[in-house]
Order: sequence, then structure tokens, then C-alpha cells
Amino acid sequence: MNALEKVQEKFSDEIIETHAFRGDETVVIRPAALLSVAQFLKDTPGLDFNYLMDLTAVDYLFYAGGRVQKDFRFEVVYHFMSLKNNIRLRLKVAVDEKNPEVETLTGLWASANWYEREVWDMYGIRFKGHPNLKRILMYEEFVGHPLRKDYPFNKRQPLIGPLN
Amino acid sequence: MSLKNPAGFFSTKLDDALGWARKFSIFQYPFVTACCGMEYMSTAASHYDVDRFGAGFPRFSPRQSDVLFVVGTINHKMAPVLKSIYDQMCEPKWVVAFGVCTCTGGFYDNYATVQGIDTIIPVDIYIPGCPPRPENVLDGLMKLQEKIGKNEQNRTLYDPQSKSVRPAEFQKNYSVAQHLKNIESK
Repeated sequence: MNALEKVQEKFSDEIIETHAFRGDETVVIRPAALLSVAQFLKDTPGLDFNYLMDLTAVDYLFYAGGRVQKDFRFEVVYHFMSLKNNIRLRLKVAVDEKNPEVETLTGLWASANWYEREVWDMYGIRFKGHPNLKRILMYEEFVGHPLRKDYPFNKRQPLIGPLN
Repeated sequence: MSLKNPAGFFSTKLDDALGWARKFSIFQYPFVTACCGMEYMSTAASHYDVDRFGAGFPRFSPRQSDVLFVVGTINHKMAPVLKSIYDQMCEPKWVVAFGVCTCTGGFYDNYATVQGIDTIIPVDIYIPGCPPRPENVLDGLMKLQEKIGKNEQNRTLYDPQSKSVRPAEFQKNYSVAQHLKNIESK
């Protein structure tokens, strides 16, 4: 039984979709289940995902030129790895546009701290319970979140000095 | 200047002598932030040998240098630092924009990159290229020497709002101190 099947068995109600391609396994879940799924991945014998490799987000606004309409705008993407079992799993959390907020994983994996700050900085997705949720790459005066698809790519901000 | 005004004759000739001396002893400060640094090193190394032009001695303190080489992309977070480096240099001073990112922002037309360092500090010589070849750099350096020899310095900035060149004073509040004050007031 692989990791994907274990998660499917336990959280069948919370899963929106799953896919697997040549060993790349992905689970898309509802945000409410994030903490329990994460805890399950970390603590279950045989899974032991002790390493959060990457955490990022995707903005599906104008996805595929607007031809594909999704029920939600963002996805927060987690890449887990188990050093013990040498397996990987990709977890995606669907995030609504109106209230872009998910639970923080800093309590389970310390590496989530800066990743979540980066996602907040670039996409404006809040992480509930994060100990220090402030911008990590942009300066504090920056208005907006530049990797959102509705942020004009060449917008100039009134800066810490010159207008540019 | 005519010989009827010996004082004037003397002072202009002194300026010429100073310019001539300065242009062959350029103490440069390399402000290297990106890939252009490789071309800068290539220019400085023995094959192209920038020391032939009297500019072979980089000083890593702005207070001891008179030409600021801005080599590589400057983003908005780095911009106040660049400005403070420039402010620390003693007069007379010159600035070289090395590479297209420093000239105009280059292809980084985005949220992070300053669209030309001439919006922050006055630039004397622009060396475009992504990155510029060493020959290109040496050409720019010779043009800079010409400018130094004539005691010419740029004192203007580009204002992206009015899309025009203006005297440098219009952004005199732009400094690290001001930046810190802005943060503190929040």
C-alpha cells in the first residue's frame, strides 16, 4: 500500500482529487483537513514524512487563458519527503479567493516558517497561527502581492525614496 | 582664456593638469550584484588588463574611490544601499552604469527591479550590453577618461514621473536614514 492509498483510505471525505504519474503522487484536499492530514503524514508508521521539502502556491486566475474554470483560485502546494522510507508526496490545498487562509504547518515542520512567509509575500495567502507572518522578500512598504496573476507585471510602486 | 588674464590662464591650465592626472589614476569602487561581474572580472584580468588605463586598482571602500562601477541588476531593496554608497564617496566622483540592467532595468520590467539607476544617482557613462563585452567596457572607460579629463560630471537624474531629466536635488530625501525613518514611523 503506497502513501497515496493510505491517505485516500483515511481521508476519503476530505479529498477533492488525486493523481499519480510514474511515482509522482498528488493529493488535493480541502483546507479544513490540512492539519489532520499533515499530522497523519508525519506520524504514521510506514509514512514518516519528516521533511517538508518545499511549500509554494499557484494562482489559477486566467488559468489556461481562462478556458479552465476552477472552483477555487489558489492552491498551496506542499512537497513532503520521508528520509526513512525514501518516498515523496505532493499535497495541495485548495484555497478560496474570498478568504485566502490556511493553517500554518510551522508547529510540525520548522522549515515551513520562511516558506509560508514567502507565500504570504508573493500571493497574499495568510497562514493562521504563524509566529511571524510578515514579508520576507519585498520591503514592508510594498503594496499588493506581486505573483498574483491580477498584479500588473510592470506596475511601479511609490517607493521608499524615488517614484519608480 | 587669454594671456591678458594670467590668473585665469593659470587656473584653467591647473584644471587641465588635474583632469589629466585624475583620468589616469581611477580608483574605482566595483558595486557588483549580478552576472555582469564576470565581464567586469574579465576586463580587469590580464587578457584585457584594465590597468593599462590606470584603473586597475579597485578600492573596496567608497570613501577612498572616485569612480563607482555599478555592475549588475539593482532591485528596489538594494537601491537605498547603492545610494548610501554613492553618498559616501568624496568629490569629485563619477558613476558608470555597467550593463543594461543598470542603464534601464533591461528585460527585468517587473515589480522588483529599479528601471535604471539614473533614477537614484547621477550616471556619467552608460555601458549597455547583457553583459557588455570587455572591449565595450574599455570603450566606456575611455569615454569616461575623456569626461574626467575635461572635469565634467553629471549632476542630473531621470524622473520617471515627468519622463525628463532633472537636477539631482529633487530626490535628496532619498536616503537610508529616510528609509529607516519611514519604517520606524509605521
